[in-house]
Amino acid sequence: MPLDQTARTPFTKVGTRPLRPDGVDKVTGRARFGADMNAPGMLIGKILRSPHAHARIRSIDASAAEALPGVKAVVTRDDFADRNDEFRDVLVNVMARDKALYDGHAVAAIAATSAVVARKALALIKVDYEVLPHVTDVEKAMRSDAPLIQESLITAGLDPAATKPSNVAARHQFGHGDVEAGFAAANVVIERSFRTEATHQGYIEPHACLASVSSDGHGELWVCTQGHFMVRDTCATLLGMDISKLRVTASEIGGGFGGKTTVFIEPVALALSRKAGRPVKLVMSRSEVFRASGPTSSTSIRVKMGVSKDGRFTAGEAELKYQGGAFKGSPVDLGAMTSFACYDVENVKVVGYDVLTNRPKQAAYRAPGAPMAAFAVEGVVNELAQRLNMDPLELRLKNAVKEGTRSAFGPTFGPIGLIETLKAAKAHPHYSVPLGPNQGRGVACGFWFNFGGQTCVSLNVNIDGTVALAVGTPDIGGSRASMCLMAAEELGIEYDRVRTVVADTSSLGYNDVTDGSRVTFASGMATIKAARETVKKLCQRAAAIWGIPEDAVVWEEGHARPAGPNAGAFPPLSLREIAAMAPKTGGPIAGHCEFNAENAGPSFAAHIVDVDVDHETGRTTILRYTIAQDAGKAVHPSYVEGQFQGGAAQGVGWALNEEYIYGADGRLQNPGFLDYRIPVASDLPMIDTVIVEVPNPGHPYGVRGVGETSIVPPLAAIANAVSAATGIRFTELPMSPPKVLRAIEERRMKLAAE
Amino acid sequence: MVQVRLGGTLQSYSGGQAAFEIEAANIGQMLTALGEACPRLKPLLEQGVAVAVDGAIYRGSLLQPLPPQAEVFILPRLAGG
Repeated sequence: MPLDQTARTPFTKVGTRPLRPDGVDKVTGRARFGADMNAPGMLIGKILRSPHAHARIRSIDASAAEALPGVKAVVTRDDFADRNDEFRDVLVNVMARDKALYDGHAVAAIAATSAVVARKALALIKVDYEVLPHVTDVEKAMRSDAPLIQESLITAGLDPAATKPSNVAARHQFGHGDVEAGFAAANVVIERSFRTEATHQGYIEPHACLASVSSDGHGELWVCTQGHFMVRDTCATLLGMDISKLRVTASEIGGGFGGKTTVFIEPVALALSRKAGRPVKLVMSRSEVFRASGPTSSTSIRVKMGVSKDGRFTAGEAELKYQGGAFKGSPVDLGAMTSFACYDVENVKVVGYDVLTNRPKQAAYRAPGAPMAAFAVEGVVNELAQRLNMDPLELRLKNAVKEGTRSAFGPTFGPIGLIETLKAAKAHPHYSVPLGPNQGRGVACGFWFNFGGQTCVSLNVNIDGTVALAVGTPDIGGSRASMCLMAAEELGIEYDRVRTVVADTSSLGYNDVTDGSRVTFASGMATIKAARETVKKLCQRAAAIWGIPEDAVVWEEGHARPAGPNAGAFPPLSLREIAAMAPKTGGPIAGHCEFNAENAGPSFAAHIVDVDVDHETGRTTILRYTIAQDAGKAVHPSYVEGQFQGGAAQGVGWALNEEYIYGADGRLQNPGFLDYRIPVASDLPMIDTVIVEVPNPGHPYGVRGVGETSIVPPLAAIANAVSAATGIRFTELPMSPPKVLRAIEERRMKLAAE
Repeated sequence: MVQVRLGGTLQSYSGGQAAFEIEAANIGQMLTALGEACPRLKPLLEQGVAVAVDGAIYRGSLLQPLPPQAEVFILPRLAGG
């Protein structure tokens, strides 16, 4: 659906900042999240998890647990039929089969009349493990002597094809030109190696669901997820159910950030309920969330870039190694594609390796794969600017991609807003504020593709002229408010006369998961289409009432009006008036849309951050943070700004504190928020934002997704700032106080020795 | 006739060939023809890929028309968070 050519400006609803429709429920505690669902006769489910990083499961004896009074069902691998298709990895991750592949891997599950009984029963399950050697480090996992995690895994993407199994699932390569010639033409070449640790999305609400399967095989599931249609289809497939026999309702969601785009406990809860014949509630503890849901990859990255003396990049080369846990599918291909996506570089070569380790299967995390690659590339770009004695934003502007540039990953860009974004950052007052001692400023930019996807909405006009809009994309960032605004804009009615709900899977056609920054773009476009269909029907109804041709009626400011020379002089009919007459003029009025949204239009961001580094403790304080990002068109500017700020806040944690720490035994050492430190309000200044609007030609209002791009630049921007504040180049994340202090002290000792 | 270009990884399944001239009216026809021209690629194409047509990325629209002389790039299947 292309950008509207007839100027709709000024918008009357889009671009305003009304309160979100779910706000009161959330601040009063009335909103129902995953663990808030209950049912009569409900049992409590608990999962037994492997204490070993890698172990063969010789046998599981649950007889003592089954005999405990109050235990109503036990499920193990034997309750899930094995399969050999694209769902196998999901199945094996949900419930271990021949081997436990990581600390926390599910091995068995209990449904009992209380949590106390369920916990007692877990302790009675006897699992006979043969402990195997393990590997949790990405570089070590690639060695030829590393323990094999999946014994038959052959590396894809090699020519000639690989023949021996290894922990490398795939090799990816992107690029064009001749990098050696590019480096030969450079006046300055810098090559650096970087490492980042795995981080968790850190959503406040743990995974939770309530499953109920009746004796006739019909099931219902209430679940906290980013995609209840995906949950329905996946669970039905794993449990051998007809899709139509499973109805899934998405609860309110306390954060997802990509981590709730797959299933973990849901098939287990359904299997327990089916076996017990009663509803089963399953809620992960925080420890389980860390050990057994999906964090992002840890990485090892090498970047080499060349630049001419006048500041043009001549070549860019990168090698990325991402571990994605015990299964293939790390986002290294996306990291490779996004590495140099901000820059017009004639010679590019990026190679990525998807590596298995004995860690939980990674899940998407906001712009999956891109922040780590940007951390490395943008760090080198800053060093190049220093070597050239050039302003770092100016160097980026000199090389920025624009419409018509061939991207580093292949296709030619259409209309994009990187240059506008960089200029907005450079012009911001923040960029010229003087810094004090031990303070530093960093900048970085970032790119994300943005996606559309399968989408279905239904818009119903009520008898009182209000509108009920049903969407199928869980609201993880204020999207219901944006849907209301777009429907109100099209219909010409007030924002609060539209109510948007997230409908269950039996009420709408299939909707893809809420991911890829797609909802305001795709569900929004579907809403616009459904509203335009509704307007057409409203005009038809008015024409019938007036007895004039349909094409003699126009819709203006929420009213049908006769138009044209032979239309006649009728007073306008409002939406409310047409709705009131609907029962006697043809019945209900509704608009629908089901389509596959494409051409989402990428988004770019530029971040500026000032830090203060305490040279006695190594602690970094974020003094000021400013984000400029292209939103195409901000439908609800406050929630666009919230997405910008949220990405930066998570990036601050990733850069400064967050990390998965594994012991020599392969067990996660810090599965809780006391030892895994995410930023809290007192760690962050008010994050300033500039919304840049370069319209996306693939959306009628020009909307681009905004949810993911904002987490791409912060790791690099903060590392560049800390490096500027200390004079030490930091190439490993997180830059936690002990690490920063050690680097400062090492430099002190080195200087003292000289 | 459209020119279809493969990223570096996919070239390892095409014997190093980076570009193909293909007669196809839409993305589905193009992928079918590409799979026939290069059988090692076929399983990957069937698993799902993204296709960039004149810079616009399509992830699931086999019926999307291909304008004559369009620039077509085959990319890995893309996912977001």
